[in-house]
Amino acid sequence: MSLLTTKGLTAHYGDFQALFGVDIALNQGETIAIIGANGAGKTTLMRSLSGVLRNAPEMITLEGQAIGGMSADQILPLGLAMVPEGRKLFPSLSVEENLLIGTYGRKVDGYWNLQTIYELFPILAERRNNPGTALSGGQQQMVAIGRALMSNPKVLLCDEISLGLAPVVIKDIYAAVPKIQESGASLIVVEQDVGQAMKVADRVYCMMEGRVTLEGTPASLSRDDIHAAYFGVSA
Amino acid sequence: MIWIDTLAQGILLGGLYALFAAGLSLVFGIMRLVNLAHGDFIVMAAYLILLLVTLMGLSPFVAAIIAAPVMFGIGWGLQKHLLNRTLGNDILPPLLVTFGLSIALQNALLEGFSADSQRLPTGAISTASIDLGVLTVGVLPLLTFGSAIAVIVGLNQLFYRTELGRAFRATSDDATTASLMGIRPGNIFAIATAIAMLVVTLAALYLGMRSNFDPNIGPARLIYAFQAVIIGGLGSLWGTLAGGIIIGLAQTVGAAVNPEWQILAGHVAFLIVLLVRPRGLFPRAVD
Repeated sequence: MSLLTTKGLTAHYGDFQALFGVDIALNQGETIAIIGANGAGKTTLMRSLSGVLRNAPEMITLEGQAIGGMSADQILPLGLAMVPEGRKLFPSLSVEENLLIGTYGRKVDGYWNLQTIYELFPILAERRNNPGTALSGGQQQMVAIGRALMSNPKVLLCDEISLGLAPVVIKDIYAAVPKIQESGASLIVVEQDVGQAMKVADRVYCMMEGRVTLEGTPASLSRDDIHAAYFGVSA
Repeated sequence: MIWIDTLAQGILLGGLYALFAAGLSLVFGIMRLVNLAHGDFIVMAAYLILLLVTLMGLSPFVAAIIAAPVMFGIGWGLQKHLLNRTLGNDILPPLLVTFGLSIALQNALLEGFSADSQRLPTGAISTASIDLGVLTVGVLPLLTFGSAIAVIVGLNQLFYRTELGRAFRATSDDATTASLMGIRPGNIFAIATAIAMLVVTLAALYLGMRSNFDPNIGPARLIYAFQAVIIGGLGSLWGTLAGGIIIGLAQTVGAAVNPEWQILAGHVAFLIVLLVRPRGLFPRAVD
């Protein structure tokens, strides 16, 4: 049984329909990448999975439990955490407070705590008392990832974690992914950077206009397949 | 000598205004909600204390301790079941609903307690004073001011030293992202309003012991509180104390010059601060 699945997932913003029957499955210990152009519905999918957008309950299941109708604060304790697009650190909180808020109101057991986050991203330990938003973009992304990890999620959603960052910084951020995988978390990585997505993912889904247009392992997909699924035209 | 006395009285009066304002400041700081019924809740709490004093023969201080959890519960329920429904991108619904609440509260108090002026019995404390050499200050105003400082210090500790305070600040920054952390914004807002009602109870205790009150004085208390919050800078608790002191000082100095100028002087001080520092004295950096 898959850890997290969507079945015929639809999503609307008012009258505008953003997702048209999306089916994806994430298996235990797996990392999948969702790629696609701007407006393909990747972020809408992430917002649905995390509970920011509500759906019909049975459209999304986590370990067999229907979670589509739950709110974000109900889903997080079940073991699904998100690194939101644009990092979304809390400006009123220091780096350390931003990390601590990830475990609000709960005692969680697991590999990830302040100490292991600081081992993963040593620069954050040096800057722990700075306001979160005083950091560089890459460091802010590290805080956002650490904040989500603090809840020791079974599933970690990463929405566009390379967006707006310099290539060398993206490399640093992605260097943390294997360690996150080793800790037992399963990952869904949303990326516009196809090359980066291919490197970390076991399987890739490509989305276009609110639908999944291609699915497969990185090795099985040709450049042309991806090009066609990504843009809707052959190269 | 008389001026030193006037200044001292003004500062101490500022403590009372800061108590009026602290609850308003707390709620505004966390959820950007201006509760137009805030003054009426102070009056309601004063009547609740009065009721306990008359029915059970308690001292006002003991009555306030009993009234506080009742007001806490009212605040929680009010936010959870009514005001949370009004929050959103439109700022008008919370204003309309709390405005309506203000009218309803005033009329309910009028029905229940009549328009007669009331006062909490204080005993010897209302006339007790301490001789500081150059001036003499009343024990009750001093106690009010001390309570205001204690409330501001306490709320600051809560905000910056506790897990709940972190959740308050995070929810205030971005409620959607806070919910991704497992925080339920509606509950955070309900706790905030409940805590504000504890401060309201304390404000009501001193209001009722220091002056007469009747069901219609709520809106004027709201004005003083609102001015204190704006002068201090929206969302800054220490700023709210400073704002209260400025209003108190202006009113007392105005009254010393000409007794008719008391209220006017407070409003003028408010206008001057608005002209010079439109965002208040200690605005929050992230607004």
